[in-house]
Amino acid sequence: MRTSELSSRPGFTQTTIGRTVGRNWALFFLIFMVIVFAFTGSGFFEIANFQNIIHLSSTSILLAAAETFVIITGGIDLSVGFVMGLSSALAARIMVILSTTALPVPWIIILGSLAGLVISLIPGFISGTLVARFKVPPFIATMGMWGICNGITLRLCHGFFPIAGLPAALPELGNGYLIYIHPGKSITFFQKPEYLADNQIRELIRLIPFSFILITVVILILWFILHRHRFGQHTYAIGDNVDAAIRAGIDVNRHLVKIYMLSSFLAGLAGVYNVFQTGIGNYTTFSAMYELFAVAAVVIGGASLAGGKGRILGSFVGVLVLAVLKNGLAISGVEPFVRYIAVGVLLIVAVTIDQLFPDLF
Amino acid sequence: MGYIIETRDITKRFGGLTAVDKVSMGVNAGEVVAVLGDNGAGKSTLIKMISGVHRPDEGSILLEGNPMKFENPMGALASGIETIYQDLALAENLNVSSNIFLGREKTKKRFGLFNVLDHPYMLEESKHVLDKLDIHIPSLKSTIRTLSGGQRQAVAISRSIYWDAKVLIMDEPTAALGIAEQKKVLNLVNSLKSQGIGIIIISHQMYDIFEVADRIIVMRRGRKVAERLVSETDPDEIVGLIVGAETVKK
Repeated sequence: MRTSELSSRPGFTQTTIGRTVGRNWALFFLIFMVIVFAFTGSGFFEIANFQNIIHLSSTSILLAAAETFVIITGGIDLSVGFVMGLSSALAARIMVILSTTALPVPWIIILGSLAGLVISLIPGFISGTLVARFKVPPFIATMGMWGICNGITLRLCHGFFPIAGLPAALPELGNGYLIYIHPGKSITFFQKPEYLADNQIRELIRLIPFSFILITVVILILWFILHRHRFGQHTYAIGDNVDAAIRAGIDVNRHLVKIYMLSSFLAGLAGVYNVFQTGIGNYTTFSAMYELFAVAAVVIGGASLAGGKGRILGSFVGVLVLAVLKNGLAISGVEPFVRYIAVGVLLIVAVTIDQLFPDLF
Repeated sequence: MGYIIETRDITKRFGGLTAVDKVSMGVNAGEVVAVLGDNGAGKSTLIKMISGVHRPDEGSILLEGNPMKFENPMGALASGIETIYQDLALAENLNVSSNIFLGREKTKKRFGLFNVLDHPYMLEESKHVLDKLDIHIPSLKSTIRTLSGGQRQAVAISRSIYWDAKVLIMDEPTAALGIAEQKKVLNLVNSLKSQGIGIIIISHQMYDIFEVADRIIVMRRGRKVAERLVSETDPDEIVGLIVGAETVKK
């Protein structure tokens, strides 16, 4: 059989270079930004700053990864930001309560973290069930959980008070590095050299933050699930053509519940990690808009809200684009509101590219 | 008779509407039976009962003489009843072999722990089935989105055949195709027939029916109103039966 006339005409997006550039424009844009900011901002092009960008983006990366799965199925999860807050607050609250007992610190931390992770499965289960079995639009189902999780979180926080009084080991773990080099003096792993006081920490070269290890592991696992496992294959099929998936015998309802639970669990992981990073239990403020930035990152990373499209590494790049933009503009001394304009422009560009070249996937 | 698939007095009601009313029909192995009827005659409902989408309210479905009860389409698939819908039900963002194996992916163990999709195996097997049907697709790794209508139809057919279909149900297989591709699909139907598969075709294209079918069943308002051997009838009679003979006699 012949291929149709249209697809045999070689346009730019049909050529290998065109496809590579088109599919990875966000990556090219990221590199472009890094080069520009390297000239405009002093202190931008440094390992310490790059590590800092990734370290501060780790929760956003987890949330974007969560959103990626949901968006590929053609849904959206608006609850990730507040599920993150819920897990953070619950984990912290449990740790505070356990601290009054004679339990050793490692147990306090483990049990608190587990509580935060387990609770995060519940909103996902509820919104997944609503979407799959009761055909509630994902926007509404997860918006319901958005409100509910926020309310419960604020109850846990007794209003707008972050939960403090947690084990001091938490932020050390959350903000630790794998390698500490004191130039000309010592190299230590996992902990800074003991002879060094806290205020001398800037003398150290610190490499590979723990957060980087965490997100690398999570991204690898998710990449595997999405691109090498049956689960991912079914996720793409459902997003493109739900009837095809049903007729191929895929249990679509069950799959969707799993997708929303996975999303919510990753948000919970972000929440628990946030406790390690900040040393307190944080509720999510409305102005944070984590869910919208997660959606933005995923869309910039090449996903389509229509479903069937999206890549985990694309979303990772999407988060980095937003993070580098924020960091680079700030270091270059640009007024902060410019960032929002840039994010808006980028989103529109991303969706336009998706509309103009639907074959790029 | 030794029908490979048979319905006995099956009835389906949707509320007050009787979509299919006591229909009995059968298909032999290696035979093509066409189900004809105007819109709303109950053709789709009939085949949806056979393919497990709807459950009949009355009557029974027999596969190789054994009564079957399908809870869902998966049950029918597992028994060897494959259906190709008009919209083909392909995931356009996945490639040819992924579609052939969709829902029934072959996996292999990696490190004795994870089940990884076995793409090389699936590609190889897809190539086999496409070759067997004499279908040429430039690359099995290309996504369905990049294929023509006929190629998509061929992929849908290959998918059904690969899983050892005993019965193949085709809903308007040539409706969306160009002339050359229609021809190709009809050739495919003939080659499937020679492999001993029982085929049920729903179509509006009278030419196609007379080209490939052995028997024609005409439905009107949920009832089976006629059954003819293709060799003993002609398109005029069939059209008359479809619209109701009295109208035509005038």
